[in-house]
Amino acid sequence: MHNFDFVKPATIADAVKALSAEGAQALSGGQTLTPTMKQRLAAPSLLVSLTGIAEMKGVCMGDDGLSVGAATTHATVAKEAAAHYPALAALAGGIGDPAVRNRGTIGGSIANNDPAACYPAGVLGSGATVVTNRRRIAADDYFQGMFSTALEEGEIVTGVTFPVPEKAAYVKFNQPASRFALTGVFVAKFKDGVRVAVTGASNNGVFRWAEAEKALSSNFAASAVEGLTVSADDMIGDLHGTPAYRANLVKVLTKRAVAAAQ
Amino acid sequence: MPKDHGIGASSKRREDVRFLSGRGVYTDDMALHGQTYAVFVRSNVAHGRIKSIDTSAASKMPGVLAIFTGEDFKDVGGNPAGWLINSRDGTPMREPKRPVLAHGKVRHVGDAYAAVVAETYNQAKDAAQQLADDSDIEELPAIVDMKKAVADSSNRVHDEIPDNLCFDWGWIEDNRAAVDAAFKSAPHVTTLELVNNRLVPNAMEPRSSIGEYNPGTGDYKLTTTSQNPHLTRLLVAAFVLGIPENKLTVVAPDVGGGFGSKIYHYGEEALVLAASRKLGRPVRWTAERTESFLTDAHGRDHVTKIEMASTKDGEILAIRTETLANVGAYLSNFSTATPTFLHGTLMAGPYKVPHVYVNVKTVFTNTAPVDAYRGAGRPEATFSIERIVDKMCRELNLDPFEVRRKNLIQPDQFPYTTPVGLVYDTGNYQATLDKLIELADVKNFDKRAAASKAKGKLRGMGLSTWIEACGIAPSNLVGVLGSRVGLYDAATVRVNATGNISVMTGAHSHGQGHETVFAQIVAEKLGIPESSVEIVHGDTSKIPFGMGSYGSRSLAVCGAAMTKAVDKIIAKGKKIAAHMLEAAEGDITFEDGKFSVAGTDKAKTFGEIAFSAYVPHNYPLETLEPGLEETAFYDPANFTYPAGAYLCEVEVDPETGKVDIASFTCADDFGHVMNPMIVEGQVHGGVGQGIGQALLENTSYDENGQLLTASYMDYAMPRADDVPFYTVDHSCVTPCTHNPLGVKGCGEAGAIGSPPAVVNAVIDALHRGGHTHVKHIDMPVSPARVWSAING
Repeated sequence: MHNFDFVKPATIADAVKALSAEGAQALSGGQTLTPTMKQRLAAPSLLVSLTGIAEMKGVCMGDDGLSVGAATTHATVAKEAAAHYPALAALAGGIGDPAVRNRGTIGGSIANNDPAACYPAGVLGSGATVVTNRRRIAADDYFQGMFSTALEEGEIVTGVTFPVPEKAAYVKFNQPASRFALTGVFVAKFKDGVRVAVTGASNNGVFRWAEAEKALSSNFAASAVEGLTVSADDMIGDLHGTPAYRANLVKVLTKRAVAAAQ
Repeated sequence: MPKDHGIGASSKRREDVRFLSGRGVYTDDMALHGQTYAVFVRSNVAHGRIKSIDTSAASKMPGVLAIFTGEDFKDVGGNPAGWLINSRDGTPMREPKRPVLAHGKVRHVGDAYAAVVAETYNQAKDAAQQLADDSDIEELPAIVDMKKAVADSSNRVHDEIPDNLCFDWGWIEDNRAAVDAAFKSAPHVTTLELVNNRLVPNAMEPRSSIGEYNPGTGDYKLTTTSQNPHLTRLLVAAFVLGIPENKLTVVAPDVGGGFGSKIYHYGEEALVLAASRKLGRPVRWTAERTESFLTDAHGRDHVTKIEMASTKDGEILAIRTETLANVGAYLSNFSTATPTFLHGTLMAGPYKVPHVYVNVKTVFTNTAPVDAYRGAGRPEATFSIERIVDKMCRELNLDPFEVRRKNLIQPDQFPYTTPVGLVYDTGNYQATLDKLIELADVKNFDKRAAASKAKGKLRGMGLSTWIEACGIAPSNLVGVLGSRVGLYDAATVRVNATGNISVMTGAHSHGQGHETVFAQIVAEKLGIPESSVEIVHGDTSKIPFGMGSYGSRSLAVCGAAMTKAVDKIIAKGKKIAAHMLEAAEGDITFEDGKFSVAGTDKAKTFGEIAFSAYVPHNYPLETLEPGLEETAFYDPANFTYPAGAYLCEVEVDPETGKVDIASFTCADDFGHVMNPMIVEGQVHGGVGQGIGQALLENTSYDENGQLLTASYMDYAMPRADDVPFYTVDHSCVTPCTHNPLGVKGCGEAGAIGSPPAVVNAVIDALHRGGHTHVKHIDMPVSPARVWSAING
């Protein structure tokens, strides 16, 4: 690891100001950034920690849904969201291992937008709103492909607000080595329809499976997706699974998520 | 009631107190005055010609003390192969030089071609990066696939070896015609092509070495992660650097696992010694995890075609195999023995098969060297045999239990001479098979299968009846077969004046529990408490010349040496007792820690005799030297042959292809068991690694020779929830006939017997589920591969 300077501002304004410096990099839980730096693949000159900002932490139920501060750890979401949004809490409680969950944050996860991360499926599948220091971005507009988001220069995620569905579940199939999602499916049933978001499978990052949403909106049962086919085009092919295998998992896991939804 | 101390007791592992409380001392824990840090510059291409290395910028960087390249070592020796194999036509194997640092060419990703020594680790890292940037390496086409490597002589890993072939070995060549004839007349022939997948050893502690040169005395010390410090000393001294053995001490302190990968001498060890000599300061290096993936000697990597000739009712008539074995870019120390004498000689398995012929071609490729890894050749043989036995049963619609039972060597046939050159001294393979069937509750399998089906899962069971050979020996035989080392071991038993004991062993413990078990044996034999016995290992300045620990040899070979040394102590003790008790030596008996005059109540305790040996006031000084210390070397008359039967039950999710191990049952014959708890732990660990090979571990190089699985993000190691609660039994005992403890060795058994049981179970599950078109799935049997097989 190369040497770097470190600041831990207490307000969003101070953090944004610090990030305007040359070579500055935001640090949340550091679950991707720190290993990258240890391998000398990244060498920011200044790390701006976002975990000392009180208004970016915590889980809170309000009129527009469940708000989660961007610097809230997965372990905290797993615990504190359980009463309000059990499927989201379960997703958070299934990320990585206890060490990862006690450091990693929702903001860090969705700002990085790893194609195999769990949170993007939860955020997109819930139709959540990503809140930044500048604006509110609908999940449908926020995720823009592998490791790519709508965030602009100098813009940081400060929180995510989730509408709470009637029923939801997240089911993932682990990549055997990393235990990231080889494929993960988040299904959420709202009064006005069903959303299905898929992570881990596509070369374009997290996506919504429109055909399944349509079928499930008229009949919220695993059997409703039985007749659908998932195209293997644009699916990821690697050591752990071919595009066809991932396409199969999308359907299998969607059925299982529907069956598990509560 | 089970014993609570001595031989056969499950004494708690005394070494765990320091391991579990963070008080172990590993190489990287040692801080030394004036220490410096070495970082290696490693090739990022699989195959390349070194055009130039410009050291000028790196050498001026802060803290940089020295830079080394292959040029600095071109006149010293190479790291040799430990075993010379001759090809079928009698020509000796090709043995390219393995230099300390690559010179002229780099031959695999991770091949070190330069090293930087600096005041701090970060300074050395910075300079190593600079040096990498300032090196001009012309990339050459990578040679990765073994079949292509032997077919294309225009592209060579070593320029002087045209077909990339190390040797083409036939075992036993003289039997080839008879084997071929047996196939021609056979009623049924089963054929299977399979892969024994390459594995990365993944010891928890990465390799680490510290070189110290004392300019005042001219002495060198190498502290290193080794399974056998004397072998490392011999290789460094006699072959690589030419340091006299008496001026070099090698210390292998606490070592966090090896599984074979730390048997061998590596160039990093020579570098830190040479650098320390140049600087007059300690030079240290510890591998980063990625370096471990790239440069630790890997395991397995065989591609095999096996054929089995049989009658229609499953009697095995002949076995014939053709194997391509990858040795990687250079010959690691035992890389030539592993696919030959540890593999071909086991190809009859536990069966009375009259005709066997094995052909092995070893191939150089632009990949990390491959060498012995837990089991070493025997897992490859066992997997091949046990998979094809199962395939034969399926083709002929025969019961896999009964076919194995029919073919197993019968108890009254021992000693049994196999057609591949071994003499199995003893065994009872029916007994372990019967035990297994009982313990695994085979008769109720259908009920469990029905319960699995109700959950949407396919249940299968897979059997493996295996045998292996441990404690490779004797030295004069292995010498004839090409070994360049002896395979004895040694122990010194030093009785202190106050009656407690230090035992110096040639065996090295890197997790096995020698400090506990060896003490149990000595305590039992001398009738003293285990706590009175201390085991010293791992330091060439303290221990006798031994061959270290690998190949499940510690107890069978070093334990036997230790037993012999204890017998010498008792014999001398009798002489001392005879003098003190004024009796004839022949009348002295030794039992329960007491020397007695037979038929009387006259006796001296072991402690009194020890005291007298060191304070010899009442002592036969005219005829007996004072002191009570004995050394024994032991060279076994034969291998030992542990054997057993394993049964794995799996549940397969047909929608995702995921395989879960539902149960795993082991019935082993290890001969006499010294500490059941440790034996069971060894089996657990071995089976865990076997499950890893069977289901998870996939070492994958792409066509450019880049290691795709160079971290835990892509290399799947078994985790706790990947393995079941094991049922392990070792109550079937046929003691080894030729070592004094009657022991056979248990360290590798689990890794040898388990992979075919797992794969057989998966195939069984798929067949029971109606997917009868699936004949075989290569390891690792990953979810994606199972799903593809089902839907293929």
